[in-house]
Amino acid sequence: MLGKLTWNAIPFDEPIPMAAGGMVVAMILGLLTWISVKGYWPYLWREWITSVDHKRIGVMYCLLGFVMLLRGFSDAIMMRSQLALAAGASQGYLPPDHYDQIFSAHGTIMIFFTAMPFVIGLMNFVVPLQLGVRDVAFPTLNSVSLWLTASGVLLTNASLVIGEFARTGWLAYPPLSELQFSPGVGVDYYLWSLQISGVGTLLSGINLVTTILKMRAPGMSYTRMPVFCWTALASNLLIVAAFPVLTATFAMLTLDRYLGFHFFTNDFGGNAMMYINLIWVWGHPEVYILVLPAFGIFSEVISTFSGKPLFGYRSMIMATMCICVLSFLVWLHHFFTMGAGADVNGFFGVMTMIIAVPTGVKVFNWLFTMYGGRVRFEVPIYWSIGFMVTFVIGGMTGVLMAVPPADFVLHNSLFLIAHFHNVIIGGVLFGLFAGYTYWFPKAFGFRLHEGWGKAAFWCWFIGFYLAFMPLYALGLMGATRRMQHYDDMSWHPLMVMAFVGAAIILLGILCQVTQLVVSIRNRDELRDLTGDPWDGRSLEWATTSPPPVFNFAVMPNVQGEEAYWGMKQRAIEEQRLMDEPSYEVIEMPCNTPTGFVTAFFATVTGFALIWHIWWLVVVGLIGAYAVFVAFAWRREEEQLIPAAEVARLDRERRHLRAQILPTLTRLA
Amino acid sequence: MQRAMRTRTLARFRPPLLLSMVLLTTGCKEGVLVPEGPIGTAEKMILINSLGIMLAIVIPTIFATLGVAWWYRASNRRARYRPDWEYSGRIELVTWSIPTMVILLLGGIAWAGSHDLDPPRPLASPVKPVNVEVVSLDWKWLFLYPDEGIASVNKLVVPAGAPISFRLTSATVMNSFFVPQLGSQIYTMNGMTTRLNLQADKPGRYAGLSAQFSGDGFSDMRFTVDAVSATQYASWLAGAKGKGATLTGEAYHELSKPSQNVAPISYGAVTPGLFDAIASRKPLPAGPTMRAAPIAAASPPSKKA
Repeated sequence: MLGKLTWNAIPFDEPIPMAAGGMVVAMILGLLTWISVKGYWPYLWREWITSVDHKRIGVMYCLLGFVMLLRGFSDAIMMRSQLALAAGASQGYLPPDHYDQIFSAHGTIMIFFTAMPFVIGLMNFVVPLQLGVRDVAFPTLNSVSLWLTASGVLLTNASLVIGEFARTGWLAYPPLSELQFSPGVGVDYYLWSLQISGVGTLLSGINLVTTILKMRAPGMSYTRMPVFCWTALASNLLIVAAFPVLTATFAMLTLDRYLGFHFFTNDFGGNAMMYINLIWVWGHPEVYILVLPAFGIFSEVISTFSGKPLFGYRSMIMATMCICVLSFLVWLHHFFTMGAGADVNGFFGVMTMIIAVPTGVKVFNWLFTMYGGRVRFEVPIYWSIGFMVTFVIGGMTGVLMAVPPADFVLHNSLFLIAHFHNVIIGGVLFGLFAGYTYWFPKAFGFRLHEGWGKAAFWCWFIGFYLAFMPLYALGLMGATRRMQHYDDMSWHPLMVMAFVGAAIILLGILCQVTQLVVSIRNRDELRDLTGDPWDGRSLEWATTSPPPVFNFAVMPNVQGEEAYWGMKQRAIEEQRLMDEPSYEVIEMPCNTPTGFVTAFFATVTGFALIWHIWWLVVVGLIGAYAVFVAFAWRREEEQLIPAAEVARLDRERRHLRAQILPTLTRLA
Repeated sequence: MQRAMRTRTLARFRPPLLLSMVLLTTGCKEGVLVPEGPIGTAEKMILINSLGIMLAIVIPTIFATLGVAWWYRASNRRARYRPDWEYSGRIELVTWSIPTMVILLLGGIAWAGSHDLDPPRPLASPVKPVNVEVVSLDWKWLFLYPDEGIASVNKLVVPAGAPISFRLTSATVMNSFFVPQLGSQIYTMNGMTTRLNLQADKPGRYAGLSAQFSGDGFSDMRFTVDAVSATQYASWLAGAKGKGATLTGEAYHELSKPSQNVAPISYGAVTPGLFDAIASRKPLPAGPTMRAAPIAAASPPSKKA
């Protein structure tokens, strides 16, 4: 009846997972109770859960990413404390079978459920606004993507209390991840949560590519798009090209595990090395899926806070698209030590280095954007400068490991761990935090508290160096990754230092939580009525904060690069706004529970597949299909927003803008 | 006052860099920066050279970033504001050329290096190489000396100054054979044979490990390499041969069962053809057909992260 699921699946005898799981369950129950008591359910259902508004979906994606950052970080601090303790004869407090799950969960969660939702959330929120359009190409599909991602998150976290998570590392290399060596449900949790959220990611990629290619405001030609839209385009093209590879690879491993196939097994002609190749054909572009939008954010932030257009706009686009293409030609550098031969290793080493060229160009272009500017040191620029300093170091160690003979001694060492945290924290995460601070007022109508933001930056920045510079050194001393304990006492001081660094990063995260709470409480003081708090240059700053559901009362007419900057300068010069347009009825898509209900059935299906509850699989699949049919037969697709309402909202905006206009002066 | 504060904040950018430098230069007594053989030495040189070439660009870039950001701060009225300056063909040429030239140089190093130091490439040496066959098991290392007909577990004895020619495979999941002070690591993979050539220049004891996560016993999957003088090696061989257990197919089958933290074992005799049988996944010579038992047998699935 319940497949492999029995009471034994719940680790009653293990205090750490029980306490952690109990705390999470208590928090969720507390939150649900609070929502029920306050009577927020109808509001949440109507305005958020069933919303197809790209802005709301973007916000929910970011929230999901932030919550999962807390989960992923708790794994991180457990690993760092284990290694600070487990020196010499000590085994620390985490036995290998638990420790192995923690590092696997940490990697999986941080990449798939922290960085990805955060990046996709910001793209979702910002891209339609920057393009001057009212929504993404397929709003309902967008909601489906979000909730499928949430479904994957739910399954991964369910493994905390029901069963176990993979003990194979975050990419689940076979043969270790095959049934023979990993007979438990851990790898199945891994596979199904990533398959389900992977479908969400792929749909989201298709959605954003279509939006950028087909739905720009009048006059918004490709070479007038803000660089963030270009990087979003590149990133989503990579999603569309790479995620099917991941899905297929996981599908093959699933067939091995469920139906006795032999794609990657030791026996019957299986070849695990195929998996390693395929997973990195997805895995390397994935790095750029994450970091390209971050590059876009830095481009926006550095230009805005320097009060200057981005230096070398076309060069930036060129660099972005070069990286987009080259990212598919470098995957083998993840396993030079497989023994593929000198020519193969040499080729992939050189290709990898070539990617450093467009990346280096970007760094110089940001530098020259600040050159001749008036750099306002607000929180987003802190993250940006912190990024530039940190990322060049991470890039350098990356190129170092692209030299095959150097990689032969650095591969799989803590040096490698330090390298990719250097680019993912220093690149992706700093970018996301810059973007979060930068666009937060656009989403909610008030700024984040500056002091707590700077405190968070310094904690993250210093914590990062303390946590990961020792790992570079440890890697050179011969320390390898994924050790649960080590004998060499000379590593111990550096391990302790790395733990202290992680603790300082924890302070940074606490500062961010405090910042959010303080900002919400003081929202009236931090209120931005203008819709343009940073003296912005692209179209998202042309509308109110938060924008109305339809984003723009009339579609903006784009007349050059930096569309909004041009309009603003004209208004300042003439000391008047554009003539009031004639307002028309706006059609917007209706909210729909399709995404939420589909994801509910996807979660049920995934859970049933993990535990081999076959009847429930059938129920889940039928349910998901029924939702699709019901959606296809819907009668009402769109709601109409009357012209009078549009006019009322836009006149309010114009009134506020007209008020501040005399205070603005043309910069020169 | 505000100005003083900013100076202080920017100054804080630097210590972590210095710290890392200090760690890199002083922290290590073992590891890849203290190589004891020709491969390790060559790799260390490539590592240091590449790092040096890149630091020549990276350090000025970091200081330029901080300098430009600081000089062009909004409150500095001495800095010239050029709100519309967004393009310069000459600068673009330079920004594309600098990384391109660095990469041309490094690309050359990478291409030449990956040929010169390709793991299967035999070392040039007047001394006849010692052949060693390596099998990774759950969770220990089996070393076979095909020319001598002896074997050992978790302990490798080699003559210093002689090239060692390894053939490697795995009887279980993937592992990576790595002796940091001797240089290159290489994967061991089931059903496949990889090759590696290393040499220890001086007598000494070097730590070896698996550098590829392979399951619960991974952290203790360590071994020692004892590099000894030629005469000591000869007497070690003479002492080892014929003494202790014989590694038959059956004994190997027992050995291949999962076990952790295994103390070194010696075998005075080995059934010929054992390595090839393991690597090609053929039935073992004499003894039951073997296959590493599933990990499941040893460690029941357990709970939670």
